Amino acid sequence: MTALFWRDLRLALRAGGGFGLGLAFFFIVAVLVPLGVGPEPTTLARIAPGICWVAALLASLLSLDRLFALDQEDGSLDLLATAPLPLESVATAKTAAHWVTTGLPLTLASPVVAMLLNLPAAGYPWLVAALFLGTPALSAIGTFGAALTVGLKRGGLLLSLLVLPLYIPTLIFGAEVVRRGAVGMTATPPLILLAGITAGAIGLLPFASAAALRMNLR
Amino acid sequence: MSLWEYANPKKFMETSGRILPWASGLAAVALCVGLVWGFFFTPDDYRQGSTVKIIYIHVPSAMMAINIWVMMLVTSLIWLVRRHHVSALAAKAAAPIGLTMTLIALATGALWGQPMWGTWWAWDPRLTSFLILCLFYLGYMALWQAIDNPDTAADLTAVLCLVGSVFALLSRYAVNFWSQGLHQGASLSLDKKENVSDVFYFPLLVSIAGFVALFVALMLLRTRTEIRGRRLRALMARQRGA
Amino acid sequence: MVDLGKYAVPVIGSYVASLALLAALVGLTVWQGARMVRALRQAEADAEAAAQATETDHAH
Repeated sequence: MTALFWRDLRLALRAGGGFGLGLAFFFIVAVLVPLGVGPEPTTLARIAPGICWVAALLASLLSLDRLFALDQEDGSLDLLATAPLPLESVATAKTAAHWVTTGLPLTLASPVVAMLLNLPAAGYPWLVAALFLGTPALSAIGTFGAALTVGLKRGGLLLSLLVLPLYIPTLIFGAEVVRRGAVGMTATPPLILLAGITAGAIGLLPFASAAALRMNLR
Repeated sequence: MSLWEYANPKKFMETSGRILPWASGLAAVALCVGLVWGFFFTPDDYRQGSTVKIIYIHVPSAMMAINIWVMMLVTSLIWLVRRHHVSALAAKAAAPIGLTMTLIALATGALWGQPMWGTWWAWDPRLTSFLILCLFYLGYMALWQAIDNPDTAADLTAVLCLVGSVFALLSRYAVNFWSQGLHQGASLSLDKKENVSDVFYFPLLVSIAGFVALFVALMLLRTRTEIRGRRLRALMARQRGA
Repeated sequence: MVDLGKYAVPVIGSYVASLALLAALVGLTVWQGARMVRALRQAEADAEAAAQATETDHAH
């Protein structure tokens, strides 16, 4: 399982593997929004939590359609399915690799974006905490979506239609944490709920992903 | 004789063929009576004026939108556990009906909200949940459309329905957490005092019965079409093989 | 005719919109059903004909 994780990580880090693409996308969205809504600092500060989260959602969506597709094309997915390693662990390893290549860089880069969007200083720790606790759920949900659409030729668009509605609870709680944190309210209740969703998603969704993979490979 | 006999496509075709005219007739009669009674023969509400007449469409369609998703969840589970094709096809047949009900609930809600709240749309928890439900229906139907192999499609949509139900429920609570609403509480409940008054209540019940009967009729017809489609595909495959 | 007062537009609008949506759904369902019945009948007839053709071939 760890071997698979490191292999996926190496593949992503290699040139053309798509590492950094999500991060660049995250930045571009954050730059485009002020250009669209105008440079007024108070407006930007109000919408900064939402923009950060929506940008994170879209950025994590970006590399999902290649999560299993490459393995399926070269046949290594069939090998993984017949290997002694259960597919649930494969799904977990994929989720972890996806998070390390998208969720984690986003979390680390988010203070810079928050600065661009004029987020109040009190919101910074909450933003980082919320993204750190929330993005693993995005990776787990995305793995499930990728497992559902692995057999399809042009699954990318369908994948976003399937995955984005599932992102809604994470988005709501995540943005709520930052919004409350930024205005100095207590933000722990939504943060706990966010962590709960992440824990549930990491714990349970690999089973659904593995089931979907088995159905697709049959 | 057990319920599972209806999982046999042949048996299902026989029985549904016999039920279908009755369900369609009941749907037509109940919908006509309920809506005509509601539209022409009920008084205006003292606060909401004549807009209260929208209730005879809004409430039944909203109820059906949720109940159809629950029915899809149950049939998906039956398919995953017992592998009865009729069950999977019934879930597939129900989805477009559920989507239509969701759209009707949203449209009538918008038309009702405009004069009452002064806005077509508000990010109220109930309204937002329905919009999210609409997205789930779309995703579910898109996945059915996208996959060629019918059994794989049935499997994957069933799993999506399961996971989607959990997330739809989570979204419902998340949305409640996120905004307080304009929407009033439930229109119907077992507690008599909570209910809308009797003049509105009886035509509403008839109208709900009409929507349920309409759903049953449409669902049976659509499932029959899906079963025929399966048989057609099997015939085609056999001919190509021969 | 019932007097709807100043709310005539939203009330009639929501009835018309809903009935139009329901009619579209019913129409689509019935049309798809009828088309499928026709297609299946055709395919069954073809299969029958093919089966008879092979039978007569065997007889010769």
